[in-house]
Amino acid sequence: MTVTILPREKTSALFNALILFGSLLAGLVAVGVVFLAKGINPFFAIGEIFTASFGSAFGFQETLTKAIPLILIGSGLALAYRAKFWNIGAESQLLLGAVFATWIGLKFGPGLPAWAILPLMFLAGFIGGGLWGLIPAIFKVKFGINEVISTLMLNYIAAEFVKFLVVGPWKGETKYGYPYTDDLPTQAILKHLGSTRISLLMLVIAVCTALVLAFLVYRTRFGYEIRVIGENPEAGRYAGIDFFRTSLIMMFISGGVAGLAGVGELSSIHHHLSYPETISAGYGFTAIIVAWLGRLNPGFSILSGLFFAGIIVGGDAIQMSMGLPATTVNVFNGLILIFLITGDFLLNHRVRFQRRVL
Amino acid sequence: MKRIEKLEMKGICKSFVGVKANRNVDLTIEKGDILGLLGENGAGKTTLMNILYGLYMPDEGQVLVNGEPLHLKSPKDSMKAGIGMIHQHFMLIQKHTVLENIALGYAEAPFLFPQKYMRKRIEEYSRKFGLEVDPDKKIWELSAGEQQRVEILKALLRNADLLIMDEPTSVLTPPEADELFEILRKMIGEGHSVILISHKLEEIISICNRVMVMRKGEVTGAAEIKDVTKVDLARMMIGREISASYEKAALEPGDPVLEIASLSVNSDQGLPIVKDFSMTVRRNEILGIAGVSGNGQREMVEAVTGLRRAEKGTVKLQGREVTNKSARTIHNLGINHVPEERIKFGTVANLQLFENSVLKKHHEKPYSTNMLMNYPLIKNHADSIIEKYHVDAASINVPVKNLSGGNMQKLILGREIASEPSLLIAAHPTYGLDVGAAEYIRKELIHARDRGGAVLLVSEDLEELFQVCDKIAVMFEGRIMGIVDPSDCDIDDIGLMMAGTSVGLKGEKN
Repeated sequence: MTVTILPREKTSALFNALILFGSLLAGLVAVGVVFLAKGINPFFAIGEIFTASFGSAFGFQETLTKAIPLILIGSGLALAYRAKFWNIGAESQLLLGAVFATWIGLKFGPGLPAWAILPLMFLAGFIGGGLWGLIPAIFKVKFGINEVISTLMLNYIAAEFVKFLVVGPWKGETKYGYPYTDDLPTQAILKHLGSTRISLLMLVIAVCTALVLAFLVYRTRFGYEIRVIGENPEAGRYAGIDFFRTSLIMMFISGGVAGLAGVGELSSIHHHLSYPETISAGYGFTAIIVAWLGRLNPGFSILSGLFFAGIIVGGDAIQMSMGLPATTVNVFNGLILIFLITGDFLLNHRVRFQRRVL
Repeated sequence: MKRIEKLEMKGICKSFVGVKANRNVDLTIEKGDILGLLGENGAGKTTLMNILYGLYMPDEGQVLVNGEPLHLKSPKDSMKAGIGMIHQHFMLIQKHTVLENIALGYAEAPFLFPQKYMRKRIEEYSRKFGLEVDPDKKIWELSAGEQQRVEILKALLRNADLLIMDEPTSVLTPPEADELFEILRKMIGEGHSVILISHKLEEIISICNRVMVMRKGEVTGAAEIKDVTKVDLARMMIGREISASYEKAALEPGDPVLEIASLSVNSDQGLPIVKDFSMTVRRNEILGIAGVSGNGQREMVEAVTGLRRAEKGTVKLQGREVTNKSARTIHNLGINHVPEERIKFGTVANLQLFENSVLKKHHEKPYSTNMLMNYPLIKNHADSIIEKYHVDAASINVPVKNLSGGNMQKLILGREIASEPSLLIAAHPTYGLDVGAAEYIRKELIHARDRGGAVLLVSEDLEELFQVCDKIAVMFEGRIMGIVDPSDCDIDDIGLMMAGTSVGLKGEKN
């Protein structure tokens, strides 16, 4: 038997949607098999995940809380992936955003009112994440270093740097040996909505960022240029697009947006810088799938971010109620990503199985 | 195994969707022959060789070895019959050693100590044919010439009696080319035979003992080298049927638009390929560049349009020096460019047709203002291009990859011609188009000239150059051999210049 793979000529919107839901469904079936292997009724478990995250007021509040960083980072990653820049380093860009914001918050927070310190922290966070995103962009454009490797490695460097800060020079005087910085002053802390953990401001910023980035990609000259260099760098050269400048601006934005998520986590949830795993909980990695599920359209990250936030919350719930290990959610996410990427391949290619004829 | 004494291809026909790539082609090669296969791009040489190498099946005709018919269904069959092919781009694994590359897929190596066995075989063959190469070096450490020797070794160790080489000297420096020819001579001394695909007449004359020329899928001549001259070969390549020029208004050439002085440019391999090249194109003038491909035409155009560095010399556009300026700066000064490799450079396959309709102009008003793209206007622009240039597409919203090659070409040409540039550089603009579309494009080029623009037309199609150009410059080995007036010149002179011989021209004026 021979397998031939041919590029698919035409794809309709309906086919596109079918593939998307087909991949999601296949992902869920695969997850179901994993549950079955653990002796758990898969329908019950998957149902439980979604009722826990979307079925109750409390659950939904938690889902929204976790959706904020996912939407922010996911939309920024969609931008980078449009330019075929495989940024796997959002986790560290988030951390650097949080580091910059902590510094501003602790240093200038006490002397400034909320309306002054918060914008400063957001600005610092954006710059922090953005600068961290620039490093792999420069490496790639100047020295041809693969960005998957450099962004991934920079995650470890950033994590160790944060650890160094919180146990070393930035260790809080009021924290009695815990690896935390001091708490931010009250005016540098984002207010929550009622009794929830949702910062309304962060939610608005996340949704607006996703919409602005979608506008950037589909309506501006810059968006046009990053899509051209992403799809065909040779044509970009022919069209006179400055590859260096465009890549750098793009990664500054992509990293900067992740930095904003870091500011949100710091100021709204934790109130101080602490261990990297505490600050981020893997949002930078989950957001990769958010960007893919959103078809690399930053606007769709709003919906896919909400979806994966739900899975995280639901995963936590079944972890407690069914005694599953904490990594169950990672298995869930990983399987869905594999099926999404396979779906993408099927969307663009036809696979034919033929019996060999002689 | 019996060696190849005589190989014949008889009545080979091969068509690809509508295009006859080979029409009733006969080829014979005997033991000890070096057969030069000559022809322009698209003449059908590569198709013919791919049939011989088992990559394509012919529609009609057969291949005979020593009088016995041979059924070649895949390169495996060809290798078994003693046919080897060395492609222009080497098929070697860069990070592996020479020995590992040669051993790859080599069936005869013993199970135990294969390294030792391979080393012995490589040494034996190296000595026999003068193929010096260090078996322990990694491929990426080798020069192009050494890599080619590895390819030859690989073929010889697989018992290739007949070796097909596709433009083997295009990646070599002149001394490396001489070494290659030494090797080839040793090979025929050992009873091998070689088919050499080439554009270079000089080379064919100096190394081959027989030559076959193809044009538009047919054989236009076959001879013993001792019976022909370079000029005869050039004549066979270009054909004789020159039709009358298109009607165009008699216009005096105006001010110079493009002035190139002593331009030198290097090839991708870093070898000088455009040498001390000077030329002027004026308003109301179409200047054609004729010449066998690979003589620096592409690199010259790339240097002028800002895609390749000029090593020396100056390029002036309407009096302003633009040497080594960015592609965008040069474009903004009014050069439009239809690139040679259109699909690769000229379009973005996954973007929609309307998005491709402004590529390279997307930063200009009215397509974008204040960093925002004006997509409604761009869509109108795309509509007008597909209407005016008869681009056959389901809609302007389809990705360009869904268009046929010809339609992509029309889209790019429409895009580049429509904006009325002061200089239009078109490289092979009608290559691969059907007759009607080609004629339309030629008329558009004349229209651009009548409008006051300057046109630089690079083409391999002499007929086309004669039809539209006001002047034709012939390029050979990176230089201009001469400039002729197509209404008053001898086609033999062009043939001579394409072959590298300068002639005293009656129609010359510069």
